[in-house]
Amino acid sequence: MRLKRKDILGLEEITADEIELILQTAISFKEILGRQIKKVPTLRGRSIVTLFYEPSTRTRTSFEVAAKIMSADVSSIAPSTSSVVKGESLKDTILTLRSMKPDVFIMRHSASGAPHFVAGLIPESVINAGDGMHEHPTQGLLDMMTIYEKKERFSGLTVALVGDILHSRVARSNMWGLTKLGAKVRLVGPKTLIPPGANRLPVEVYTNVEEGIKGADVVNVLRIQLERMKKGLFPSIREYSRLYGITRERLKLAKDDVIVMHPGPMNRGVEIMPDVADSDISMITTQVTNGVAVRMALLYLLMGGTEDALAA
Amino acid sequence: MRLLLKGGRVIDPSQDLDKVADLLIEGGRIAEIGDIDAKPGQVEDVSGKVVLPGLIDMHVHFREPGFEYKEDITTGSRAAAAGGFTAVATMPNTNPVTDARSVLEFILRRAQEVNLVKIHPIGALTKELKGEEMAEIGDMIEGGAVAFSDDAFPIQNSGLVRRVMDYCAMFDVPVILHCEDMSLSDEGLMNEGLTATILGLNGIPAEAEEIAVARNIMLARLAGCRMHVAHASTRGSVELIRRAKEAGLRITCETCPQYFSLTEEAVRGYDTNAKVNPPLRTADDVAAIKEGLADGTIDVIATDHAPHAIEEKETEFAAAASGMVGLETAVGLVVTELVKPGILSLAEAFEKMSAAPARILGSAAADGTLQVGKAADVTVIDPAAEFVVDPSKFHSRSKNTPLAGRRLTGMPVLTVFNGRIVARAGEVIA
Repeated sequence: MRLKRKDILGLEEITADEIELILQTAISFKEILGRQIKKVPTLRGRSIVTLFYEPSTRTRTSFEVAAKIMSADVSSIAPSTSSVVKGESLKDTILTLRSMKPDVFIMRHSASGAPHFVAGLIPESVINAGDGMHEHPTQGLLDMMTIYEKKERFSGLTVALVGDILHSRVARSNMWGLTKLGAKVRLVGPKTLIPPGANRLPVEVYTNVEEGIKGADVVNVLRIQLERMKKGLFPSIREYSRLYGITRERLKLAKDDVIVMHPGPMNRGVEIMPDVADSDISMITTQVTNGVAVRMALLYLLMGGTEDALAA
Repeated sequence: MRLLLKGGRVIDPSQDLDKVADLLIEGGRIAEIGDIDAKPGQVEDVSGKVVLPGLIDMHVHFREPGFEYKEDITTGSRAAAAGGFTAVATMPNTNPVTDARSVLEFILRRAQEVNLVKIHPIGALTKELKGEEMAEIGDMIEGGAVAFSDDAFPIQNSGLVRRVMDYCAMFDVPVILHCEDMSLSDEGLMNEGLTATILGLNGIPAEAEEIAVARNIMLARLAGCRMHVAHASTRGSVELIRRAKEAGLRITCETCPQYFSLTEEAVRGYDTNAKVNPPLRTADDVAAIKEGLADGTIDVIATDHAPHAIEEKETEFAAAASGMVGLETAVGLVVTELVKPGILSLAEAFEKMSAAPARILGSAAADGTLQVGKAADVTVIDPAAEFVVDPSKFHSRSKNTPLAGRRLTGMPVLTVFNGRIVARAGEVIA
């Protein structure tokens, strides 16, 4: 099976079959990361541009590592040091970079829909590495891979996403991906951070964290950003932590074999307690490793690969 | 100079006229309506067509002076003529702002040079649209301003709104208000709700408009001024205005074709051409706007013609300019969305684009009538003609519309301005 699409912009529009293909490919690619020589020639001669309009360490590095393991050439553009500071439009930046003949653009932008705009401009593939409050599909996929490795299924699982749902592209991608494969998704957070219309999404909404994580198989904790406090969305870090922080005590309400995830970067002691983050139910470092595998799989599939990746 | 429009269905809501008749124009004036001998002079066969008073759009942005790369008075006038309009009222967000008589007089002089459509500049309520100090309203009235508005820069300070209303009440000129509580619309980019949540775009709740409508109704009552609500877009706004009218307040209201033709779903795919302010709302709001049009709560259909250059729309959704062009799709949308489904009759629909805005702007502005002796501003439409919206054919300098490719019924076929044919079948011929 091949991935028959040009771009990966979000999990809303991707089918369950496509998600399964990506995850199966990623699981088989993960083996490469355990090798002493972490290099395969699969994408030799292919050229990839990363364009991050927002600061990012893990996602950008993860894409670069994934591309390099696959032997692709990577150019990383940081708009703060580029002609963007001279006022160049996104369209012109893309058309300029495109003229250097890359095969794939990987893009992060603070404006929701920016990668959709770019994808509509050019015939090359665009991977959304996070757009505003919209989606972060590779994070959604790596979260799903992590869940699948531990639980070996999605259907029947209950996944609680806890925190700032309103501004979270991670929550949106998780929600679409997980519900497509049969998991139940709960959105948990203060009402000020639950997006309008959430009750019409295919999820359950909780404002009480105890109720929200009760019986959950997976608790995925989202980063709380300090600037939200300044906008009057919650009163203080202290109160947020008291009402929504994920503690060992609270996790007793979840399933006995619950796993805890966090897309990072963490505010230890705020949304997640250090003893939880460092415990053996925490998947946080596994998520990072799986992120490389998922991105290897996506680059490979977008450039025409099939699911029998390693047989080749 | 004699021009005879022969055999059309003449509809003039201002005099309850709806009959097949000939309409004779002589010396730039309506000379006669009846069974008229063709000769001598120019004869236009308009049988099967509808002859209307020249259409008036009381809410457009012609961008001159200052933003001529989007539109200027020439291209805007051509778009208006092609769209069947013989008079427009231009909003003051020019550069310099139309907040002084000198700018107003410049616009009037340019309008006369172009001479395709009557232009009525709307003066700013506050200097530079800053919502701080009152502009020279009295001087601008002497210079020809017919109404006042800060449009998309709505005054947030209730005390100042009250004072400009008091001041305008003294001259009995309408205060046109874009109703938006900006602390609620905040960084919003589209209507608040499920679609905005899925797209990850900050939402603007209906209440941002409705709270401002409610406040402005109360302040208009206090000041005793004539208040006109610009581009109502929500069910709540329609209900508030309906109640204010029932209470006998001198409040009028407009909506725009986009608010009865499109919903927030048009934004999907991040179509920046569907980014407008107020934002496109829900199907329920569209239904309420149609109800408000049908029961007369909404007096006027205006376009809020808001041209923007391609590069201002071909960008990230958050960075894109707000607004869409409307002059060259208005008649088609009105016929397709309101007349064909039976929500309004032709007479009711086009009353909202002729006699109603004329009544609000005052007789000095536009007549909006086919009464004998009045200036011969006449629009002939073919209510059965179908066309597909093709922005590349627009006369406007800008092409920003989310309606490209939409099939519409109802086309202006002849626009007569001051007794002179200025546009025919979408082509400007003057």
